[in-house]
Amino acid sequence: MTKRKNKFSQGGTVWLILLGLIGLGLLVALLLRGKDVALFMPKGLIAREQHSLMIFSVALMLAVAIPTLILFYSFAWRYRESNKRAAYDPHARHGKFFVFGLWLIPSVIVLILASVMWPATHKLEPHKPIVGDAETLTIQVVAMRWKWLFIYPKQSIATVNFIQVPTGTQVQFELTADEAPMSSFWIPHLGGQLYAMTGHTNRLNLMADTEGDYTGSSAEINGAGFAGMKFTARATSTEDFNRWVQGVQRSSNMLDSDAYKRLLTPSKNNPVVYYSAAQTELYDTVLMKYIGSGGGESHNNHTEQE
Amino acid sequence: MKELLIGNLGLKALPHEWFTIGAAVTFIAMGLFVVLAITHLKRWKWLWSEWLTSVDPKKIGIMYFIVAGFMLLRGGLDAIMIWLQQALSSGSSHGYLSADHFQQIFTAHGNIMVFFVAMGFVFGLINYIVPLQIGARDLASPFLNTLGFWLYVAGVLMVNMFFLLGSEYAATGWLGVAPLSGREFSPGVGVDYMIWSLQISGIGTTLGAINFIMTILRMRAPGMSLRKMPLFTWGSLCSMIMAVTVFPLLTATLFLLFFDRYLGTHFFTTTAGGDPMMYTNLIWMWGHPEVYILMLPSFGVFSEVVSTFSRKRIASYTSNVVGMIGVSALALSVWLHHFFTMGAGANVNAFFGLMTMIIAIPTTVLVFTWIATMYKGRIRFSTPMLWFLGFVGLFSVGGMTGVLLAVPPADFQLHNSLFLVAHFHTMVIGGVLFGIFAGISYWFPKIAGFKLNERIGRYAFWCWLIGFLMAFTPLYVLGIMGATRRLDHYDSSTGWQPFFIMALVGGIIIMIGVALQFVQIIASVIQKRRLVDTTGDPWNGRSLEWSVASPAPFYNFAVVPQVSSRDAYWEMKQQGIPKPSYEDIHMPNNTASGIYISAFAFLAGFGFVWDIVWLIIVSILGIIVCVITRTFNEETEYTLTADEVEKIERDRIIVTPAAHRGNDSDTSEDMGLTEFVKVVTKWALDVVKNKRWRTW
Repeated sequence: MTKRKNKFSQGGTVWLILLGLIGLGLLVALLLRGKDVALFMPKGLIAREQHSLMIFSVALMLAVAIPTLILFYSFAWRYRESNKRAAYDPHARHGKFFVFGLWLIPSVIVLILASVMWPATHKLEPHKPIVGDAETLTIQVVAMRWKWLFIYPKQSIATVNFIQVPTGTQVQFELTADEAPMSSFWIPHLGGQLYAMTGHTNRLNLMADTEGDYTGSSAEINGAGFAGMKFTARATSTEDFNRWVQGVQRSSNMLDSDAYKRLLTPSKNNPVVYYSAAQTELYDTVLMKYIGSGGGESHNNHTEQE
Repeated sequence: MKELLIGNLGLKALPHEWFTIGAAVTFIAMGLFVVLAITHLKRWKWLWSEWLTSVDPKKIGIMYFIVAGFMLLRGGLDAIMIWLQQALSSGSSHGYLSADHFQQIFTAHGNIMVFFVAMGFVFGLINYIVPLQIGARDLASPFLNTLGFWLYVAGVLMVNMFFLLGSEYAATGWLGVAPLSGREFSPGVGVDYMIWSLQISGIGTTLGAINFIMTILRMRAPGMSLRKMPLFTWGSLCSMIMAVTVFPLLTATLFLLFFDRYLGTHFFTTTAGGDPMMYTNLIWMWGHPEVYILMLPSFGVFSEVVSTFSRKRIASYTSNVVGMIGVSALALSVWLHHFFTMGAGANVNAFFGLMTMIIAIPTTVLVFTWIATMYKGRIRFSTPMLWFLGFVGLFSVGGMTGVLLAVPPADFQLHNSLFLVAHFHTMVIGGVLFGIFAGISYWFPKIAGFKLNERIGRYAFWCWLIGFLMAFTPLYVLGIMGATRRLDHYDSSTGWQPFFIMALVGGIIIMIGVALQFVQIIASVIQKRRLVDTTGDPWNGRSLEWSVASPAPFYNFAVVPQVSSRDAYWEMKQQGIPKPSYEDIHMPNNTASGIYISAFAFLAGFGFVWDIVWLIIVSILGIIVCVITRTFNEETEYTLTADEVEKIERDRIIVTPAAHRGNDSDTSEDMGLTEFVKVVTKWALDVVKNKRWRTW
């Protein structure tokens, strides 16, 4: 009698597990309705390619994992103790090619994945400029505690916690930081992140292809104001972008050294600020502040800072 | 004068915020209760001579379990606090924690879970089981082992010390990344507490690992060649070799960080030629192998469990061993995948991505050997097997997300997101912790002399599994929605809140699972008589630890076994066990040196945190004196005569293990929850009514 009871409860458990997993999937799907799923709704060239690379990798891995898991759990079920019909052979020897297959299957999958990954890594290397028709727009980015300063050197404007970029135009972000721990510049809708560090320039190339407002943030923890270190990246048409630039250029705010010093004071949830007329060499000054003190390329000016 | 006496300590260091006051009061109350209870029961001497100064790896193993179990509660509470904050803190609400406090909590959570929960449990298992599996009576250096344990305890105390003095832990993330952890950005004592806590326990880990490598390589029973070694011992050996390789790196890195903070050097500062990127490299050169140090013993546990509960030998033992060695070797060359986003360039990134993917080959092979082991087996779904079945599902998910993260262009999008957090929790909970739990429920009869309550064990397992899925599925989704980790607040327009709430619910279910595990142990103690293991071999086991009584006698083996094949005990059972002939046994003497040295190490660390120079000098001198004294102690061993051994062995009830017992899966008699509540209530009422506490 106990045996039948056991059998029932074990079989029931299997169904419960399946139902539970389906329920979990449904719950997630329900909660996701109408939500913005950044990585699955790419709005830029790079994000799109990264997205399809992710889908490909996952699909390839699932092609092995799903059969493996089905095999695994069906073996567990088939060779359960209460199933007297299943064979039991404690001395079962595996076939000649068993060990061979054991190592071959994962090796093949890794080989396929690696042969896709290697060229993709080179193609999507963030330093690499995007080839396009339009003239590349350069935006210099300074991570500060806890805000983002953006300098448009060509347009000689600067903004805090807001950027506007024209769609279909290659944008090159030059990332550095000033008096801030390592920060990570990330606009998930447009593409992957890159670190912003003092005394270094990291170049991140992105291109928006759909108009809209996209949230960017610091993905790397950098102190108490970390969660509020967000900005909006607005992608618009080139005309709108030019109009916006002209608007900012008319702003009465100037990014002189006093204004910059004020920016260096740590602040949380900093509001958006526009500056007309930014010094074009400001970014290099910020960079040299650290390099000059003995880091990076030059090691001879050791005492300058001290 | 004041500075000379107490350094930077002052009234300000006393607890003054609600959480430190609360925690300090709780800790002091708990400590007082324990002290009073021991005094009342007059057990101080017993505790000191039987347990605290013991060099018996079995007792040290149990002490590791106890400390790690409490730290699991402590780290689990942190997890719930993190989730609660994130579930609340959306839009206009800012939750109940300040950003700084929130960051301290997740830092402490990470440090505690990795160093003091996972490492503690892993060392506990290795201590108890490895000597028994290789047929050894004790360790190569019993003293080094107790020293390692007590340094670990000193680390545990140090990581909690900030509640009492300082009110501040590091807010830097569990690795203390520079330059955030430097003086410039973290001027307080929080990072110092972290440095010294990890430093002291890390040195303990190195010492413990050296000892276990020596033990496994030099003290195996005659006939047990490396190729006949049980797989858990193999996993432990790989893990310990990795620990010896990389923990000195952690020690060095932390020392450099300490020099930066304390002496004003510029290793990792942003100015004067310091290079924070070097810190990131160094810490991950240790940090990535560390994950595998935790993982490999669990692989070993699962290999033992699947083979025992399928009643079959492991399929392709060689592939399994090669797989584990492969994982450990490759794990040393993948660290850069933790920061593809630092911008090293395509070639470097692609290389480390490739190395990471290659690790998937040996791990997949391990899974395949487990599947092949179940093939034509006779599988019992006892709790260790349940943990294993849960593990394989989660481990596959974790492995796939791991390989996905190893594709650099994908990592640029997923790095630092909650997807990453979900990935490594899948590995550390689904892999490491499930392995530890499987190991504990598998070897519990060997440790305690009775089996664990299977019914409540199953409840606990299901709570963990369901809770895990509820808690971490939303984190995967949140990562894909673009949510970064470590956020103490987010906009309501993101639509993330329902997922954070779901994660909180999952976290609470996991905590119920933890509570059930403690209930399970208590219920098993109540039902001890029914669950008792008289044979020493409750699961029809295969390796040597099952050939001795449960719990194992303090000398492990009355007669050192002769090994002629893999699954040594299984073979012996088939061929009949020879009649024992006893001989004299040399056993190590207990020693308190480990406790003294660790106490001085703790005080030295405390001195460095608060800059109390005299304390530092006195403590370091103390350590040196203790070590020298220990070296001149020549009475480190005593002899147990053959007659004594025979007497102990005869007094034990020896029941020849039956080759096959049919009623293992019948657990209908194990106590359920209702019965447990009834029994406990009845007992409590009895105590109150008859005023029993007076007679205790």
